Amino acid sequence: MASDPRSAAIDAFARRHRYHRLEAVPWLIAVALYFALPGYLPLGAQIFATILFVLSADLVLGYAGIVTLGQAAFFGTGAYAAGILAANGWGEPLSGLLFASAMAAVVGFLSGLIILRTSGLALLMQTLVVATTLYEAANKASFLTGGDDGLQGMEVWPIFGLFRFDMFGRVAYVYCLVVLFLGWLVARQLVHSPFGRSLTGARENTGRMHAIGAPVAFRRLIVYTISAALAGASGALIAQTTSFVGLTSLSLERSGNALIMLIIGGVGRLYGAFIGVPLFMVAQDRFSEVDPVYWYFWLGLLMVVVVVFARGGVLGLFERFWR
Amino acid sequence: MIEAIVSIGFHGLAFAMVLYLISVGLSVTMGLMGFVNLAHGVFAMLGGYVMTRLMNRYGVPFALALPAAAIASALASIPLERVLYRRFYGGEELDQVLLTMGLIFMSVAGATYVWGPLTQHMEPPAWLSGQVDLGFRSFPAYRSFLIVCGAVLVTGLWLGLERTRFGAQIRAAVDNLRMAQSVGINTSRLFMLTFALGSGLAGLGGALGADLLAISPSYAMQYLVYFIIVVAVGGLGSIRGPFVAALLIGVADTGFKYLLPGLGAFFIYALTMVLLLWRPQGLFGRA
Repeated sequence: MASDPRSAAIDAFARRHRYHRLEAVPWLIAVALYFALPGYLPLGAQIFATILFVLSADLVLGYAGIVTLGQAAFFGTGAYAAGILAANGWGEPLSGLLFASAMAAVVGFLSGLIILRTSGLALLMQTLVVATTLYEAANKASFLTGGDDGLQGMEVWPIFGLFRFDMFGRVAYVYCLVVLFLGWLVARQLVHSPFGRSLTGARENTGRMHAIGAPVAFRRLIVYTISAALAGASGALIAQTTSFVGLTSLSLERSGNALIMLIIGGVGRLYGAFIGVPLFMVAQDRFSEVDPVYWYFWLGLLMVVVVVFARGGVLGLFERFWR
Repeated sequence: MIEAIVSIGFHGLAFAMVLYLISVGLSVTMGLMGFVNLAHGVFAMLGGYVMTRLMNRYGVPFALALPAAAIASALASIPLERVLYRRFYGGEELDQVLLTMGLIFMSVAGATYVWGPLTQHMEPPAWLSGQVDLGFRSFPAYRSFLIVCGAVLVTGLWLGLERTRFGAQIRAAVDNLRMAQSVGINTSRLFMLTFALGSGLAGLGGALGADLLAISPSYAMQYLVYFIIVVAVGGLGSIRGPFVAALLIGVADTGFKYLLPGLGAFFIYALTMVLLLWRPQGLFGRA
C-alpha cells in the first residue's frame, strides 16, 4: 500500500511534526561554541535571548499572519518587570523570569482584545500605539523605571542560589540557552498542533476557517498572548543578564529590528530566527561600532533587497536550492 | 476659559492642516493601490529639508521654496514608485511593511549623511512673522497662514477629485479597480500620478509644518504613528475621512497637551483605540 499516493500523503502529514535530525544542529553548535569561543559568551547569551524574541514575532507574523509593529511592547514589559523586581529587592532570576513573562502575557491579552478586532492598517497602527504608549509611560514614570537614563541598580541573585552570573557570561550563556530551548519547544509544539494548523488556515483563508466553525478570533488572541509571554521572557533574559533596562527595549527600532532578523532568516519557518538573529547580531557587533548611523542605511537596504529578491530569507533560498 | 478654547482651536486647526496634508496621500495610496506605505513620512521630511535648506543656505524666498519642496518630493517619489512600490500593489501586507520600514531606516541614515544629525531651524519670512489682528483677538501670523493655506488646498483637492476627469478616474479605480481597467483607464499611470501627488502634498505639509513637526533625520519614524492614526481613524481611500480625523486628532492633541502637559499623548492614543473599537473600519471607511 506504500505506493498508494493517498497513504503516502497521509504519511507525510503524520511525519512532518516529528523531530528531524537537522533540528539538533543549532543546539549542538550552541554547545560547541561554549567551548570554542569563550570570549564571546556574553554576545552569545544576547543572541539566544534575541532568538527567543524573534521566535515570538514569528509566531504572530509568520504563523498567525498578524502584521505587528509593536512586538517590543512585550519585550520591554518583560524587561522592565524583571528589572524593577530585581532593583527592588527580589533578585531571584527564575521567579523574575516567570513574573516578567506573565506580565507581558497580561499586556498581550488585554491589548489583543482590542487590537485583533481590526485588520490591515488599523491593526498595524494599534500595535504601534500600544508600544508607543508603553514607551511614553516608561519615560514618564522615571521614579520606577529610571526614565531616559534607564533602570539601574538591579541585583540578580544566583540561579538556584548556586550559579552566580559571572563576568565571563558562562552562567548567562547556559541560562539563556536553556530558556530558549524551552521556549522553542513550546513554539514547536504549538505550530504543529491542530491549534497551530488552524492559525495557518486562518491566515490563508479567514472566511473558510470561519465557515468550518473554527473560533478564529479566540485562537488569534491566544497565540498573541503566548507570543507576548515568550517576548516577555526574552526581555527578562536580557535584563537579568545585562543588569540594565533602557527605554530602547520598548522602541519601534526594536520591533523593526526583530522584523529584519526574521526576514533575513525566513518568515513562518520556525528556524528563521535561528539564522537571522546570529547573522544580524554578529554583523551589528562588527559594523555598528564603526559606524552606528550608517549601519541603519545598510540595514534598510538589506531589508529592501531581501523583500524584492529573496522572499523567504536564507531558509527560503535553501529551500529553492534543494528543490 | 474662552481664551483657552479659542487658543486650542486655533493651534489645533493649524496642526490638523499639516497632519491632513501629509496624511491624505497615504490614505489614497492605501485605498487605491492597497499599499501600506509606512515610508510616507519620508516624503514629508524631504519637503521640510528642501525648504529649510533653500531658505537658510541659499536665501531663496519662502514663496518659492515652498513649491520647490512639494515638487522635489513629488519627483523623488516617482522613481521609487516605478522601481519598488509597483511590484507590491495589492500584495502581501508583510512585504509592504518590511519594504517601507527598510526605506525609513535608509532615510534616517541618508538624511544624517546629507543634512547632518541636528534639527533644522525654520524661520518664517518677515511678512508671516508677528501677529495678525482679527479685531477681537490677534493670532500668530504663520499659524494663520497655515490654516488658510490648508483650507485652500483642501478645497482644491476636493474640487479636483469631484470635478475633474483625473479625479473621476481615481474614484472609479478606488471603487472597482478591474472595472476601471476594463473601461480603458490606464491605472498604472494613474497610480504613478496619484502617488506623486500624494508625496508632493506630503512634502508641502512637511515644509509648511516644519515648526510644528521638527525636521530631523528620525522624522519618518518619530511621527509615523501620527500619520497612520489619521489614516486609520479616517478610513482608507477617502479624502474626507482623513480630514475629519486630522481635525479631531489635531485639536484633541493640542488640547490635551495644553491642559495636561506631560500626559497629553496618552489621551490621543486612548481616543484612537476607542474610536477604532467603535468603528474598526475608521470613521468614513467602508466595511
